[in-house]
Amino acid sequence: MSKPVIATASLAGCFGCHMSILDIDERILDLIELVEFNKSPVDDIKSFHKICDIGIIEGGCCNSENIHVLKDFRKNCKLLVSLGECAIMGGLPALRNGIPIQECLNEAYLDGLTVEKGNKIIPNDNELPMILDKVYPCHEVVKIDYFLPGCPPNADLIWDALVSIIKGTPMKLAYETIKYD
Amino acid sequence: MSTKINFTIDGKNCSADKGMFVLGAAQKNGIYIPSLCNIEGLAPRGSCRVCTVKINGKLMVACSTPVAEGMKIENETEELHDLRKQIIELLFVEGNHLCPSCEKSGNCELQALAYRLKIMAPRYPYQFPVREIDASNPKLIKDHNRCILCKRCIRAIQTDDGKNLFAFKQRGCKLTINIEPSTSAAITDEIATKAAKICPVGALLKKEVGFVQPIGHRLYDHLPIGNTASLNIISSREKDTNT
Ligand code: SF4
Ligand code: SF4
Ligand code: FES
Repeated sequence: MSKPVIATASLAGCFGCHMSILDIDERILDLIELVEFNKSPVDDIKSFHKICDIGIIEGGCCNSENIHVLKDFRKNCKLLVSLGECAIMGGLPALRNGIPIQECLNEAYLDGLTVEKGNKIIPNDNELPMILDKVYPCHEVVKIDYFLPGCPPNADLIWDALVSIIKGTPMKLAYETIKYD
Repeated sequence: MSTKINFTIDGKNCSADKGMFVLGAAQKNGIYIPSLCNIEGLAPRGSCRVCTVKINGKLMVACSTPVAEGMKIENETEELHDLRKQIIELLFVEGNHLCPSCEKSGNCELQALAYRLKIMAPRYPYQFPVREIDASNPKLIKDHNRCILCKRCIRAIQTDDGKNLFAFKQRGCKLTINIEPSTSAAITDEIATKAAKICPVGALLKKEVGFVQPIGHRLYDHLPIGNTASLNIISSREKDTNT
């Protein structure tokens, strides 16, 4: 039997969840034995080569590109896992959800203390993804099969969940590994 | 002499004094029923419904229903488990609970119940309501994003001469906790500490403290809420006025 294929992506996240994947420490050697990585920042593969078994998503959706990547993952992965608070509820980026978008842009590009004088412009180029009205959790955009909370999720939780999904065994979900912070 | 009432919880024979509520009576018999708005020693409100149990086949709240002879109470069933989960999930989506940036995280009862019930993500859509943070009081920050309207602060906190310091303002989905402007100055360090402790979530926070306990040392880091060991920690923390 060929190895299960994993793809990962970071949308509106800080890469902390990916760091937590690496935090499984020496078990990463077992992981490499167990699975094959496809599109992922871990191996720098930029686009899908094949249909993957598990897609792991870090971060919520804050712009049109995030939506595009997420939908692409849904199309190319049999199972999707929301990894971390940002993917599950928008996380800290969702702090902007109560602020009108114009105010956010003004603060970032026009009025902020660190904005260079004489250089005040709100970026507006066709190449740039459109910012969404608010930050959306992934499961409000596509169907998600598993959720692993935490900011970032505990490495043991990620390990337990991955091994269970791969081997088809029940997840242990130990109390100390489920945390929202 | 008090009269003993006999009843069963999940088939286990229990007894309690007449006049006790199901929640406390269960606890006396070593059984934990999840609860959120209830505080020991104050009249129950029955507002959160987390303590819902089945009594003689009917859904009822444990904190405000007195025990009666022969009651058959169900507590640990799949149905009740899911019902409680739904209530907690609704509380999460109707506010803005950004646990990673919350001072109460690790000591929060709402979060602790979610951990105990193994909620991985709420099944309902997030509302992302626009709510105020009010830091106008010199001692206390009020963050409405996290308030679950349990009324614990209103019920538990009064001035020495018996005046309420907290009250509800407005109605329906606009309902918020208000600090009475006329008595606002009466909020001392001591009252602010008590308020922050009585609030199950991080909606009332004492100013100039924050994140005092490192991760790993907080109330619900290692043991679920309702665990006897964590109950002991709660009572020992009652003596500690610094958190
Ligand atoms: S009050 Fe509790 S549930 Fe809400 S953000 Fe704070 S820790 Fe999380
Ligand atoms: S401020 Fe805290 S104690 Fe008061 S009603 Fe809101 S959640 Fe309950
Ligand atoms: S604890 Fe009984 S209704 Fe809230």
